[in-house]
Amino acid sequence: MPKRVLLGLLLACGLTASALAQEPKTGGVINAVIQPEPPGLMLAMVQNGPTQMVSGNIFEGLLRYSPKLEPQPELAESWSVSEDARTYTFKLRKGVTWHDGKPFTAADVLFSVEMLKQTHARARNNLAQVDKVEAPDDHTVVFTLKQPFGPFLGIFEVGSMPMVPKHLYEGTDWKTNPYNNAPVGTGPFMFKEWQKGAFIRLVKNPNYYEKGKPYIDEIYWQIIPDAAARSVAYETGKVDVLPGGSVENFDVPRLSKLKDTCVTGAGWEFFSPLAWLWLNNRQGPLADKRVRQAIMYAIDRDFAKDVIWNGLGKVATGPSASTIKYYTDNVPKYPYDPAKAKALLKEAGYKGEKIRLLPLAYGETWQRWGEAVKQNLQDVGISIETIATDVAGGNQKIGDWDYDIAFTYLYQYGDPALGVGRNYVSSAIAKGQIFNNVEGYSNPEIDKLFADGAVATPDSKRKEIYEKAQKILVEDVPVAWMLELQFPTITRCKVKNLITTGIGVNDGFKDAWLDK
Amino acid sequence: MLSFVAQRVLKGVIVLLAIVVLNFFLIRLAPGDPAVVMAGEAGASDQIFVKQLREKFGLDKPLPEQLFIYVKGVVTLDLGFSFRQQAPVAKLIGERLPATLLLTLTAFAISLMLGILFGTFAARFAGTFLDTAITIFALIFYAMPIFWVALMGILLFSVTTDWLPSFGYETVGANLTGLGHVVDVVKHLIMPAMTLGLFFMATYTRMTRASMLEVKRLDFVKTARAKGLSDAVIQRRHVLRNALLPVVTLAGVHSGTLIGGAVITETVFAWPGIGRLMYDALLQRDYNLLLGVFVICSAMVLIFNLITDLVYRLVDPRIEFAS
Repeated sequence: MPKRVLLGLLLACGLTASALAQEPKTGGVINAVIQPEPPGLMLAMVQNGPTQMVSGNIFEGLLRYSPKLEPQPELAESWSVSEDARTYTFKLRKGVTWHDGKPFTAADVLFSVEMLKQTHARARNNLAQVDKVEAPDDHTVVFTLKQPFGPFLGIFEVGSMPMVPKHLYEGTDWKTNPYNNAPVGTGPFMFKEWQKGAFIRLVKNPNYYEKGKPYIDEIYWQIIPDAAARSVAYETGKVDVLPGGSVENFDVPRLSKLKDTCVTGAGWEFFSPLAWLWLNNRQGPLADKRVRQAIMYAIDRDFAKDVIWNGLGKVATGPSASTIKYYTDNVPKYPYDPAKAKALLKEAGYKGEKIRLLPLAYGETWQRWGEAVKQNLQDVGISIETIATDVAGGNQKIGDWDYDIAFTYLYQYGDPALGVGRNYVSSAIAKGQIFNNVEGYSNPEIDKLFADGAVATPDSKRKEIYEKAQKILVEDVPVAWMLELQFPTITRCKVKNLITTGIGVNDGFKDAWLDK
Repeated sequence: MLSFVAQRVLKGVIVLLAIVVLNFFLIRLAPGDPAVVMAGEAGASDQIFVKQLREKFGLDKPLPEQLFIYVKGVVTLDLGFSFRQQAPVAKLIGERLPATLLLTLTAFAISLMLGILFGTFAARFAGTFLDTAITIFALIFYAMPIFWVALMGILLFSVTTDWLPSFGYETVGANLTGLGHVVDVVKHLIMPAMTLGLFFMATYTRMTRASMLEVKRLDFVKTARAKGLSDAVIQRRHVLRNALLPVVTLAGVHSGTLIGGAVITETVFAWPGIGRLMYDALLQRDYNLLLGVFVICSAMVLIFNLITDLVYRLVDPRIEFAS
């Protein structure tokens, strides 16, 4: 046999072998960490992070989103938008059943919309532009909007709008419905067991509509409250998946170097967590824009990224994370420049008034960050008093506007109309609540830009509006933007295809398989 | 004795009700309420959401009315509903209580047995190398914080040697039954129970040693010796038995502290007990659940103290029950 033919055959065999190696294998169990323990698994009733992470396997939304945030089919197999951008028609997948065998139909979508408007604060806001929802047949749902709403196709992922089984919830007291503790969805995994304080067990849905999926037989979500103990659980092989944020950041480099360990920062594109310092614009020195700008110059954000976050993440340039729509970096820049900070403070007439700093009680990394920022601010002559509190106490203080500077990080949900505007428009100033415009910034021009941006068409018009808004905000510094956070997901390398969408681990393990 | 127990139980119920009322107000002094926490966790907050939650939790009612509703519930053995966990408080506590009892009682037994044993040896060989070694050993575990001992234990016995599991109550997914399950639970129990037990062991060691040395000097010991009793009999029957009274008192007092220690131990070892339930409920301002755990813990302390009083009588028949 000529050498060239032999080589060709070998290459072909090799290619086939490698192709086979990438063919998903079925079976196996994934042990993953969940923390803290979710208060419940009924996504329509509880929307905290751990609930979304576990229940993203049980429930589904009409759509999911690629890492570039393009809509992809989930329970809706196709969709169309009318020319006036006010009517959205979704064609639902046929042959989908709930875990109890009942068919999933358009009536479930209509019921879910009504229920979520009452139980899901974010869904209620997202659906505010909806005039009516109709179901012309069992597999078609039509949303008619009051006016065009640019981000409308971005509100249908499982955490934002989970589908609820009408036949189990209609006419019941939703709060005490027994299915809250044994949820029934359409997702790739079914709820099996929850030993409180120990683990949550999900098993494969054998009737899942995507034939062959899911590949995994079972998922055990292990509840381990201590961050160091979670690291050890991974190190000793007791768990295979550490979702982002499971371990303290200073443990990430060490765990990443372990044998057969893969690390990815993917899967956060939809949420795009952005960290910033709330600056109380209402009172004291921080009411002066120059003092707020001085704070931006005084803080060494590269140090925070490189040392406190171990090089993970990206220094933020403004109110939008670089992963969401209409982001621009064509905005005023605030490099680390203590001299400029001092000059601005002097110009503003700052006389050493005490400023209270509220760190975030989310663990060691945040504590350290609080200390670093305090030091940076003291270095330029700002007098800082750190206020220690737990999360509940901190939220109360922020909601009551009883702070000067406070750490936070919030999700942006892919579009400025969904996750950015709420922090800067004056209509979102409401005492007693958190995550809105708690800094008290008020600028009619910004109000108008965000109001116009949400309903403008075409897309190029929205881009223009939001780029302008970003420039104005960065000049005004209503809050001090810090970092685009990155929470790496750490897994054994045998766990394949765990993260395939921009929603990451919260989107369920339906594509994941084990290369045993 | 029966009237003594009845009187103590009656007093216990009154104390318990006083604790409920006091705790009801105390936990509401902490800033933040469940509605704020849940709104925070949901990543969204609007007026309707927070108002809905407050109504759901009954937080919109005046404080005295909230107290009346709660106390009325407790009297009828209804500990209320945890809206955060969407389940009755009694059910949530019932699920976790066996694990805590297993952990605390094992730790208690370990601490008492080792403490009295080491204390006896230290007293018997007072001033020798063995006494010094036991004292240093005891002081080390007394001086080190529980969470530190726990982490070092995990490092040594789980990470380095892989002898013992680092977290949990049983091997998840192993579905063991019978003896296999018992062995599995015991393997998981060793580290948390030792961590918690060794801390208290230190105090019992020191207390037993001091108390025995004191009793040893008393006249009746000299009499026993003069009667020609062997050293072992004197130590066991006369010295140790008399020296145990302060140790029993201390053990009764420790019942409450033990539950406090269980919070840390359960957190580090992911032990699914009420200590952790209490910790989570506190952070989340889950008032009903937190109050429920307080009620149960207080009841446990009162029961432990009653048992302590009864044990007194066994240890020292001279003590009579005052009714």
